[in-house]
Amino acid sequence: MAEHDSLRSVTRRQVLKGGAALAALGGVSAFLAACGGGATPTPAASSGGGGGASAAPSTGGGASNPPAAGGSITFGSNYSDDVPKKAMQAVVDGFKAKTGIDTTVNTVEHGKFQDTINAYLQATPDDTFTWFAGYRMRFFAAQGLATDISDVWAKVGGNYSDAFKTASTGDDGKQYFIPFYNYPWVVIYRKSVFTEKNYTVPKTIDEFKTLGDQMKKDGLIPLAFGDKDGWPAMGTFDILNMRMNGYDFHVSLMAGKDKWTDPKTKAVFQKWAELLPYFDPQPLGKTWQEAAQDMIGKKAGMYFLGTFAGEQATDPAVHDDLDFFPFPTLGTQYDAEAAIDAPIDGFMVSAKAKNVDGAKAFMEYLATGEAQGIFLASSPNNVAAAKDADTSKYSPFQKKMAEIIGGAQKIAQFLDRDTRPDFAGANGMQGFLQDFLGNPTQDLDAFLGKIQSFYDTLPPAS
Amino acid sequence: MTDDVATVGLAEEVLTGGRSVEVVSGKRRSKVGTHAFLIVICAIWLFPLAWTVYTALRPYRDTANLGYVSVGGTYNLDNFFNAATGMELWPHLFNTLVVVVPAVIVVLLLASMLAFAVSRYSFRFNVALLMLFTAGNLLPQQIVITPLFRMYLALPLPKVLNEYGLWYDSYFGIAMIHIAFQLGFCSFVLSNYFRQLPKELSEAAVMDGASVWRTYRSILLPLARPALAALATLEFTWIYNDFFWGILLLRTGSKFPITSALNNLSGQFFTDNNLLAAGSLLVALPTLIVYFALQKQFVAGLTLGSTKG
Amino acid sequence: MTASAVPPYAPPIDGGASASSRRPRRRFSVLTQRDKLTIGLMVGIPAFVHIFLIWLPALGSVILSFTSWNGIGGLDKIRWIGLKNYENLATVYQPFWPAVQHNLLWLAVFLFIATPLGMLMAVLLDQNIRGTRIYQSVLYTPVVLSLAVVGFIWELMYSPGQGFINNFLATVTNDPRWITPGTAIDWTGTKGLNLFAVLVAASWRHVGYIMVLYLAGLKSVDNTLREAAAIDGANSRQTFFRVVFPVLAPINVVVLVVTIIESLRAFDIVYVTNKGLNGLELLSVLIVTNLLGEASLVGFGSAIAVVLLLISIGPILFYLYRTMRTQPT
Repeated sequence: MAEHDSLRSVTRRQVLKGGAALAALGGVSAFLAACGGGATPTPAASSGGGGGASAAPSTGGGASNPPAAGGSITFGSNYSDDVPKKAMQAVVDGFKAKTGIDTTVNTVEHGKFQDTINAYLQATPDDTFTWFAGYRMRFFAAQGLATDISDVWAKVGGNYSDAFKTASTGDDGKQYFIPFYNYPWVVIYRKSVFTEKNYTVPKTIDEFKTLGDQMKKDGLIPLAFGDKDGWPAMGTFDILNMRMNGYDFHVSLMAGKDKWTDPKTKAVFQKWAELLPYFDPQPLGKTWQEAAQDMIGKKAGMYFLGTFAGEQATDPAVHDDLDFFPFPTLGTQYDAEAAIDAPIDGFMVSAKAKNVDGAKAFMEYLATGEAQGIFLASSPNNVAAAKDADTSKYSPFQKKMAEIIGGAQKIAQFLDRDTRPDFAGANGMQGFLQDFLGNPTQDLDAFLGKIQSFYDTLPPAS
Repeated sequence: MTDDVATVGLAEEVLTGGRSVEVVSGKRRSKVGTHAFLIVICAIWLFPLAWTVYTALRPYRDTANLGYVSVGGTYNLDNFFNAATGMELWPHLFNTLVVVVPAVIVVLLLASMLAFAVSRYSFRFNVALLMLFTAGNLLPQQIVITPLFRMYLALPLPKVLNEYGLWYDSYFGIAMIHIAFQLGFCSFVLSNYFRQLPKELSEAAVMDGASVWRTYRSILLPLARPALAALATLEFTWIYNDFFWGILLLRTGSKFPITSALNNLSGQFFTDNNLLAAGSLLVALPTLIVYFALQKQFVAGLTLGSTKG
Repeated sequence: MTASAVPPYAPPIDGGASASSRRPRRRFSVLTQRDKLTIGLMVGIPAFVHIFLIWLPALGSVILSFTSWNGIGGLDKIRWIGLKNYENLATVYQPFWPAVQHNLLWLAVFLFIATPLGMLMAVLLDQNIRGTRIYQSVLYTPVVLSLAVVGFIWELMYSPGQGFINNFLATVTNDPRWITPGTAIDWTGTKGLNLFAVLVAASWRHVGYIMVLYLAGLKSVDNTLREAAAIDGANSRQTFFRVVFPVLAPINVVVLVVTIIESLRAFDIVYVTNKGLNGLELLSVLIVTNLLGEASLVGFGSAIAVVLLLISIGPILFYLYRTMRTQPT
């Protein structure tokens, strides 16, 4: 028996040795790689945030990659819907025509692009990528995941207003973002429906309610609404908050300085509950595209969304039939601010870009009215950010957009771009707002308390 | 009984209803009742699939005009062709196969090696190892995703297998996690199977001076063919049907397996249910074909180990 | 949910079944050095792959659940915060308790409706009736479909405007409100209703799976038992419950464990339907949304994973205990 045991232990040892050696090797290499791979990016490519590489000017060319001037770059795009996808391709073609640089466009579905941005920027980034202005941009820049492009701004800065420059600046005072276009969140409707049924555009909330009642009598849903993805509802919150409590309160709430439990915030939800009868009663199973189709299909009278909803009107005749007006005033002191959400979409260069020169050339190109014009020609649902953009070619739809944005004294970026991403996501505000929409008569104090508690549990922003 | 028959024998019985006893005459009466009940249940069961086929055969125009619950209009395969192009069927099918085929081969190879060693040679933590594997197969996958995800972002891979040089966003990575998870089931089944093979065979080989590897490769492995075939059928279906690992570990649109491609189709053409119906059927087709062609193997795979003697 | 099979039960090896199984196995000592190495590798490589990609991450989840990390930066960015994640999970995190409830509801429906139905089907098909193969194929077909496809097929049934159910009701009652937005029932978009809608789709698949497992078990029952019972005058119902069912104890264990594990693993259908929001929260989906977010809450997601692990350990250990104590060492 003893002999057996010693033999058995021999075999066990041998097997263990083999397995353990391999495991140790694998484990060690994984940890080493994790430490190396996850560590701060090369100093020349980032400044500020994680790692403490202070103001290292990025003059083109990362420390580890020899600059490949011209040649080709890679571009990560979230323009996955049909219309913007084609428009983006046209821009890329224009870039090639101008500079001869090839661009490989890697399109990822819109929502998935955002969901995987974390892993993407750390592990498998393209040279350039689409992104948004606001806290969402500053967050990733501060984590050291984007390349400082202040030198590009030195060249193209004159083509942008100060507001755009501020929106492109990170917490450390450097620029990381090139604005491409923006669009307002407005109440969209079909002109033919309004003329047919003799509706007038409401300016105040009371006029709006009367109109809503009339639409209901006529068998229309007053406001189309689709919140399956969780974020469209944020637009309603934003506009109500800004109109009722002012832009400054809104910004401070987004930054976490003011509380969700504040009576001012509560008032917003109470107002929203009042207005909910005018929205589609079942938004939680509908995507924004489906809701847009409701409005376009004349089942709903109006739709409060960004003007990108126009992408859903593929028939040019129908698209020409679209018009919009700003969300009605609520009769508060803040109406004069004419605040709106006008998110800016644009581009950034990743910290791990291989062809930084080519990437920056792309940024320069994108900062021109020419490039923006190419995009808008195929996707006329936004307005260009550059000053030298040819606005003469704008459709009436776009001209009105530019007017509204120009006339707004205060512009916000939209809730999920103005506040921290781990608060605005599916496990945070998206879920909370859906909860509210499903049960608007719930105890608001408890509800808001939950939101605030959740916010408080988040780790301090790096 | 040869092992071949033994393996699929039970499957055969399961499928044909053999080996059951009719004793009391009362049974014959209830036969009609049973049949009626079964027919009703099966009709209900088949309905969703049948509805999908019916909808897929009708152009959107017709259903928009006549309504979905209607008869009339044209019936054609247009939706299928459009869906195939719309969701880039062939490239995504290729992606799936690139993962499935190697994964099935490797998992069966590794599982058979493990089963062979464990069933033929005794060492102390035989059982412990099998327990580990079985438990690993039963774990909900979401338990491992956080660290696995971070591991995949860090583990290196030769550039030839993945352009980023990482396990993340690579076919290799997906195949590996499938292999790891399926090893449990396959090892368990194969070890039971090997245990029931006569020892004389390997004894004879050893007498002749064959090495362990030779015994495994030339004697046991061929004998295991029926079990391997059964498992291959099952594994092909399971890995093909996977949806979860693709979401987690892939990012580049062009690498997604066919199950995820369906998602993309719905994003683009959400208004056209007929097209989506056709797309769903196209995705389901390979597994349906495998199932109906290899039904015996399928059932055998699930019932292996339940044979008695 | 990828492969979901539980290893089939291996009956104890009978004393008299096969003489060869009685013979002691090859003694390791007789093997050459090279052979020992081969065996070592044959066991070591699969074991390594399995441990490295499954158990190591599982352990990692447990460790990470005590930390706070947003997923960016290296290991030095991880902060230890002890049980805080669990605290927040239980008190602050909105979707947690609903998710637990939904998982339990899922289990209840599977355990008391879907699984018994599958068992019933198996019992009915255990008889020598014509067309049993066809019946089985029909019931089993949903099992070979990807859950993503199952989700789509049922979406074609449930869609408020274009799905079968609402359109059927609209046609039958001649009332277009069944398919008009605003008045149509949104089967997958209405909290409270959608979980059951999804459960119908999941059961559609589960029943066939249980049926095949149980049928195999039934076939393994020695017929002499049934014959003896019949000779003694028992009718088919008595035969089943008093004679067959007790002997099926092992397969019952398998079916029970499969049912529990499947309800804990539920993910794909829910994710395809609406990413697990608005009434379809499940623990598995919560883990994913916390990890695959823009700024992932890694520690938090891991804590949910550990909760899931702890709940799953019970049935797994039970199954291992039942199966392994009959294994020869």
